[in-house]
Parts: sequence; structure tokens; C-alpha cells
Amino acid sequence: MTERLPLLFEIGVEEIPHWMIPPALGEMEKLFRTLCAENRIEAEAVRTDATPRRLVLRAEGLPAKQEDREELLMGPPKAAGEGAAQGFARKNGVTLAELRVEITPKGEYFALQRRIEGRPVIGILAEILPAVIGRIPWPKTMYWTGKGGPAFIRPVRWIAALFGDQVVEFDYAGVRSGSLTRGHRRLGAREIVFGHSNYEERLEKNGVILSAGKRRQRIEAGVKKLLRSTGLEWVRDEALLDDLVYLTEYPTPVMGRFDEKFLELPREVLVTVMRHHQRYFTVQDGEGKLAPRFIAVMNMKADRKGYVVKGNERVLEARFTDARFFWEVDRQRTLASRVDGLAHVTFQAKLGSYREKTLGIVLTMRRLAGWLGLDADLAERAARLAKVDLMTEMVKELPELQGVMGGLYARADGEPEEVAQAIYDHYLPQSMEDPIPRTVYGQILSVADKLDTLEGCFGIGLTPSGSKDPFALRRAAQGVVKVLVEGRLRVDLKRAVDEGMAATERLFPECGPGQRRALWEFLLDRIRYYFREVRGFAYDEVNAAMAGGWKTLPDLEARLYALKLVRQTENFEPLAASFKRIRNILRQAAWQGGEVRPELLEAPEEKALYDEAQRVLGEAARLRALEDYIGALQAVAALRPAVDAFFDNVLVNAPDEGVRANRLALLGRLMTEVSSIADFSEIVTTTTTE
Amino acid sequence: MDSYQETIFKLKRFWAKHGCVIQEPYDVEVGAGTMCPETFLRVLGPKPYKVAYVQPSRRPADGRYGENPNRLYKHSQLQVILKPAPADVMDLYLESLEAIGIRLDQHDLKFEEDNWESPTLGAWGIGWQVMLDGLEITQFTYFQQCGGVDLDLVPAELTYGLERLVAFLQDRKSVFDIEWVEGVSYRDVRFLEEQQFSVYNFEKADVKMLWQLFELHEAEAQRLVDEYRGLDAEKDFAEKSRFPLLAAYDHVLNCSHTFNLLDSRGAISVTERVAVIGRVRKLAVGVAGCWTDQQRLLDGAEQEVQA
Repeated sequence: MTERLPLLFEIGVEEIPHWMIPPALGEMEKLFRTLCAENRIEAEAVRTDATPRRLVLRAEGLPAKQEDREELLMGPPKAAGEGAAQGFARKNGVTLAELRVEITPKGEYFALQRRIEGRPVIGILAEILPAVIGRIPWPKTMYWTGKGGPAFIRPVRWIAALFGDQVVEFDYAGVRSGSLTRGHRRLGAREIVFGHSNYEERLEKNGVILSAGKRRQRIEAGVKKLLRSTGLEWVRDEALLDDLVYLTEYPTPVMGRFDEKFLELPREVLVTVMRHHQRYFTVQDGEGKLAPRFIAVMNMKADRKGYVVKGNERVLEARFTDARFFWEVDRQRTLASRVDGLAHVTFQAKLGSYREKTLGIVLTMRRLAGWLGLDADLAERAARLAKVDLMTEMVKELPELQGVMGGLYARADGEPEEVAQAIYDHYLPQSMEDPIPRTVYGQILSVADKLDTLEGCFGIGLTPSGSKDPFALRRAAQGVVKVLVEGRLRVDLKRAVDEGMAATERLFPECGPGQRRALWEFLLDRIRYYFREVRGFAYDEVNAAMAGGWKTLPDLEARLYALKLVRQTENFEPLAASFKRIRNILRQAAWQGGEVRPELLEAPEEKALYDEAQRVLGEAARLRALEDYIGALQAVAALRPAVDAFFDNVLVNAPDEGVRANRLALLGRLMTEVSSIADFSEIVTTTTTE
Repeated sequence: MDSYQETIFKLKRFWAKHGCVIQEPYDVEVGAGTMCPETFLRVLGPKPYKVAYVQPSRRPADGRYGENPNRLYKHSQLQVILKPAPADVMDLYLESLEAIGIRLDQHDLKFEEDNWESPTLGAWGIGWQVMLDGLEITQFTYFQQCGGVDLDLVPAELTYGLERLVAFLQDRKSVFDIEWVEGVSYRDVRFLEEQQFSVYNFEKADVKMLWQLFELHEAEAQRLVDEYRGLDAEKDFAEKSRFPLLAAYDHVLNCSHTFNLLDSRGAISVTERVAVIGRVRKLAVGVAGCWTDQQRLLDGAEQEVQA
């Protein structure tokens, strides 16, 4: 049993962007394991840690030496004679006596069985570790030693690599590996001696908490302590917490105050400035009202003199003063009075300004409102004002508040509440996790805005390709789908696209049926994606339902639910298999349509199927019209015995042309009727009758 | 408490002690210290160089008539270029903060990702904004490309925002309340300039004249670049080695500043913007390419003489 040793590998780097650290650690571990495996060594355990200034990999129980291995080296064929064997032996530095003869399917060969001694692992690590550094993938790298030099996320300034009690010696970017680590920039020493057992402890003494988990706990505990017996609550923000964990080596929260007069500003503004611009946590009272406090997280142990709190308070006050100024200036004019200014804000070079875009949104909004029986004037008002906030000082300063500010200013202007809320929400959803707008006017404004962007961009050929999607059209299309389904908006999407694209075609001569089709396909793709990936329907269910006669997305969703449910009943899958057979028969016969003539029905089974179909399809159509797809599918499933009996006893390809055509017509009728709910032949079945 | 000018003296002395040439501000209007030839042209090519200078940076659109406590049409940057960046550049930077009286054990300092890019200069770099108690006090950048050229040596650029930094040191809520020197405030020195240039930039500047200026400077820069490119390395060696590329670059800077003036007058639509920036970049990249060529020529001649 070979000796097993621990490895400690620390890459010392200038501050790495916080958001890149966790994925890099995953890659670092994967690379290390892969490279070890390639060298036939394996660690008993590997763990990684990081702060902004160091990426650390520790492996337990690596062998000190690679295992020996046997190797069989094939030489010349035995028939080549002893002379050839001599040459082979000489080349490998052995005597003839050490060779043996190996019998292979191709004949007998001289061969050398050789024992290859395992290398010391420290030598292998000296090759692996620099390779790990060089191969960690980063979103954007830099070079620092000069043109053509190595690239990494930020300059590498030290490397510690300790295997057992020996240094794994190598160079990377002019840095020699060693046995020393460094502490916190201001709290620790520049050169720290450590061993495997006291590494974390030594770092902590030098102002570095290595474990992200411990840094998180320290922040949480610190916040709790600050708020103890204040009656105030921490507004937890996981994303911000993650950022701060990887922005610090020794995090300590401190609490500051701001003047209560700023609480007159909208909460959205205060929170955006604090969270997004200053990385502060916000604090609220027991009733959820924002408190005039903030919590900043320092990369220090303590703020003994209170300078840090004071400095942050002053920065925040300056920012809030600016915000208040914007809030006051912006409200001096109503949104409605500023609509003309949109002509000076470009949306896209060819598509024109936001005034043109607003016109597009207005037209789509009026159509959608009309179809849904909503107040078209309210809808139009929301659309007219939706983009005006882009010209406000507040949105210029805090762009992430677009829409939100428009809603707040609309309310302040005394616009109807529906209008204000619609504008406030209309950029939602930004992702699949985001909620959709709260109100129906907000929902249709969101859809109209996104459809208008899609129609415009597709219309002039700005379609996304591969990973290139500069106008975020995928997200827009995905948003349309999500809002229509989850808002249960019964909008005929195809018609919306047709009418919208017809308008685009009038504006841009280059836009034609090709663009319209491309946009429709793009949306279909997003619909498939949504139901499969977001909602978890099986792909064949999605294909089957989408091949049916749906018009609106809530309707498609209802069909999918029904399909998923009825699919589990015993008759369904065999029936689906039969429909696949019907489809193939019709396809082979190139069936063009035609009515069933009852007088031509001969066999009892086809008569039975006809009668059964008359009854069942009538019932199914009635239920389908009521959108009772479960009922309709259950009714259809009841056709199974009749269909089975038909196929067991009746030959479709009857010699008599008329009889044959009649049988095809019977199957065709079944296929057409049933496919208007969902195309059963798309269902992947386990039993197949083909 | 140090005055505004004393803090500047201390920073200059600090960097002088670390081997920097202390330059005076460049006397053509620029939007940032990076645009000065001492940075833009010096970072090109293989010659090491260390320089520090205060550069008044004019951003017409940022003017607020001297009424906003934190926003200025013209602010001052202390620009440091260390080419190539030494391995301990971060430590040097921290020392420079200590040198102006910031006790780092009593404050919070964070380096937050902030990469820099100048589309008009065809330049970009990787770096951070340095946050001191939540206030951005410095932009720290490792240049990667300038004028569309990959840099031979990677310089570190440190840009201190002097008004902000001193307002912090002097604990002032408004930069106008900074003490420039005892008995004289920043307001006393600069208020009228902020006010009058805001009036000019936002209200009075003659857009037609500015476009003419832009085009004149553009044409002159382009003419010079074209003429340089037309010269032969051997036959026209003498002409080439004394060719006024620095003058061509001044015209590029004038274009850039005129563009900023037009922008603050609202005379450039978002669509045009991209195109006009592209015109300035074309010139900047053109001069950078010629400059690199001229430097190579001069270096070659120098080496021949030495040999």
C-alpha cells in the first residue's frame, strides 16, 4: 500500500469578479479530477474554496507514487528470425532472453513484457497544476505579462502548492510556486507559513475567512446582532448575500441611517439605489414599512471609529439627494405632455424612434383589448404613455427602473389606476422565474410591447442566430408565451402575428411572407420550449396537442392537461397506436378526402365502427366545443374496441375500388375529427401495431 | 486636513518617488486623462514609461450649472500610467492612499469589477472601480488594447477622481465646499466656469458651427494620416521620422471634444451617435497605427546608431 498525502493548492489572484467565482471553482475541481484520472491517480476527497483573492483546491489521500503497471510491447513476428528479435531487444535495452513469444490471431510475435514503474506524484502534480490554472474557463480574460503572455481572469500574484510537506515546483506566468500564502490586504501578513492542518486557522488569523459558508454565516449573524432589540427586520436578499460573500475576505456588516425625509421617495427608488448601486441590505419595521436604515457589509473586522458607517451614510445621502431632485424635476411635467419627445429617442436605427414604436404598441393594444372585451381607450392610454419614462431623469440615472417609474409618474399624474399599473409592470417577465404583470391591462401591454419588437425586428431581418440575440428576442417571445398562458388570455396568437406582420409589411417593403413565417416558427418554438421545459409536459404530448386545432395558448394548455390525464387510461395508448396506423394508411393511399357512403359499408365491423364513430365523434365535437377536452378525449378513447375489431377483420385495401375508397373515407373522417383535439399519431406508444 | 492642492502635491510627490515623470495637464480639451497623448500614444509599443499628471476632463453633458453638489462639467483626474504594470502595483496604489492620509485600517476598501472601454479610442482594459466606504474613488485598469492595437506591455492605469476624493478627505457634502487652499474654496475658483460653460454647452453653442469644426478637424487629421501612409519607409525615411503625427492626434482630440459638445446640445440622435463615434475611432485608430510604425522606425534607427 502506497503512502497517501494531502495536496493544498492555492492560486493567489488580484480581485476576481465575484459572480465568476463559484462556477470557476466547479470547473477547477472537474479539471483536477480529469487530469488526475488521465495520470491514473485518484484522490480520496477533493474540496475547493475561494475568496476574491484566492482559488483553493485541497485533495486528501493522493498517492505519493503512481502505481506500477505492466506493459506488453509487441516486436517483430517470430518468422522474422532471431536477428530481428535481437534488434528489438537492443532497441529496448534488454537481452534476447528477456523477450517472449506471444501468440496472436495474426500469428506468433516476439514481445517484451515490461514493468513500468509509477512516477512520483509530485512530478505529475507539477504538470497538472499549471494546466489546471491555464484551463479554467472564464467569461473574459486578460493578459498582463505582455503580448502573447498567458491569459487569466486577473493577474496571478502567488501560488502555494504543498504536497505532503514538499512544494510542488512549477512556474506559471512568471510566478514560482511556493509554500507561503498571503493574508487580507490590510488585516494580514504578506507572507504566511502554514501546514495542511492549520491553513484555515492561519488565514483566519490574517484576516481571511476561507469558507464561503462561514463568511455567509458571519454576515447573517452580524446582521442579526445589529438588529437585536431594534424592532426592525432584515429584508433578506439572497442574490446580494451571494455577491457580498464573494466580494469580501472578512465580511462584517455595519448599520447606517439616512434622513427620514427621504422616505417620501418611492420605495422602489430607495431600494434600487441601496441594493443595486450601493450593495446595501434594506431594513423594514414590523409592518413591512421601509426603515431609514441600511446595512453595508465591509471587508474589514470592525469599524471602531465609525468612519465606515459615516462614509457610507454620506454617499447614500448624496445619491438620495440626486434621486429626490430627479423625482421632483420629473414630476414638473406630466407624462402625457412629454409624449412628443419620444420622437427623439431611437428604438432601432431602421425601425425608428420610440414614437414609432409607441404607435405600433397602440395598434396591437387596441386589437388585443378588442378581442378580450376590454376598454380599448384605457388600453391605448397605457400604450401611449408606456415608454415616456425613458426620457425622465430618474430612468436615465437608474435604468433598471424603466416601467416602474412610468407607473409611479402616471399615478402621480392622476392617470387611471389600470394605466399606472399596466405601465409599472409591462417589462415583466424578464425571466421564466419572474411573475407576469398583475393586471390584465399590464399583461396585454407586456404582450403588445414584446410582439411589436418581435414583428419589427423579424420584419427587417434582425432575427436571432445561434447565441447572437442582441435585441433579446428569445426573451421577448418567451415572455409573450408565459403571459398569455399564465394570464389565461384567450388571444388568437396566429391572428395577432398575422395582423401585426401585415402592418410591418406595409412599413417595410422587404418584409414579406418569409419573415411572417419565420416569426411564427420562432414563437412555436418558444411555445414548445415553455410547455416542455417550464411546465414539464412530455415532448410527444406537446407535439400531439400543438398539431390539434388550438387557437389560444390557454386552450392549448387545457388540451395538454387532458392529454396527459387521459393518456394514463387503458384504452388510450393502443388507440394512439391505431391512429398512427391510420395515418400511414391514409398517407400511402394518398387519400385526398371524401365522404363516407353508408350504403357501401359491407363488413359488420366497419358498419359497427361507422355507427360508433357517428355517436362518439358527435359527442367529442360537442365536448370539444365546450373545451371539455378531458371528456372529449375520454369519449374518443371509447372508440378503441371498434377500431381494433375493424383492423382485425376488415381489409382496407379491398379489391373493389368503391369499397376501398369508402373505407379510406371512414378512416379519414376519424383522423380529421380526432386530430382537431390533438394528433394522436404523434404520441409515442410502447405497443405498436405497425 | 490637507487642502485640495496639498493632496494633489502629495499624490504627485508619491508617484514621483516611484519613478514617474510628473507631466503637466495636456492643453487640448479631453473627456478623460486617458485621451492625452501621454497615455494614449505612450502605452503603444515596447518602451517602458511611467508618468503621472493631473488632467482636467471636460464632459459637457455632465454639467449642471454649478448647482449639483456632485456633478461637474469639468472635473480633475490624477492619471498615473505604469508601463509595464509592476507585480506590486496594487500595494503601491494602497500606499498612495496612505500617503494622502487615508488610514486603511479604519476604512473599508473593495475592488469591484469594472472593465473600461472607449469606443472612440478603440481601447479597452480590464479592471476595477475602487470603493472606499461605498464611494468610488479610483478607476484601476490594465490596458489591453489601444487604438485597436494589442499592447506589447500591459500598463496599469490609475485614475483618481480628485474632487470626490478630496470631498471625502475633507468631509464635505458638496465638491464646491472643498477647500482649495486655506481661505479659498473650490466654488471660489471654479463656480463661474461651471455655470458659464453649462450655459454655453446646453444653450448657446452654435450647432452648425460645431459641425463645421468637427468636419474641419476630421479632414485635417485624415489628411495627415493619409499623407503619412503614403510615405515610403526607406525612400522617405527622413520625412517619415519627423512627420507630425502628434499634431494629427490633436485634431482627433478636437473632433472628440466637438462631438461631446454636439451631444450635450442634443444635436446627435442615438442613430447618428454610433456613426459619429465610428468616425472618431477611425481617426484614433489611424493615428495609433501610424504612431506605432513611426516609433518602430525611430527605434530601429536608434539601434543602428548604437550598433
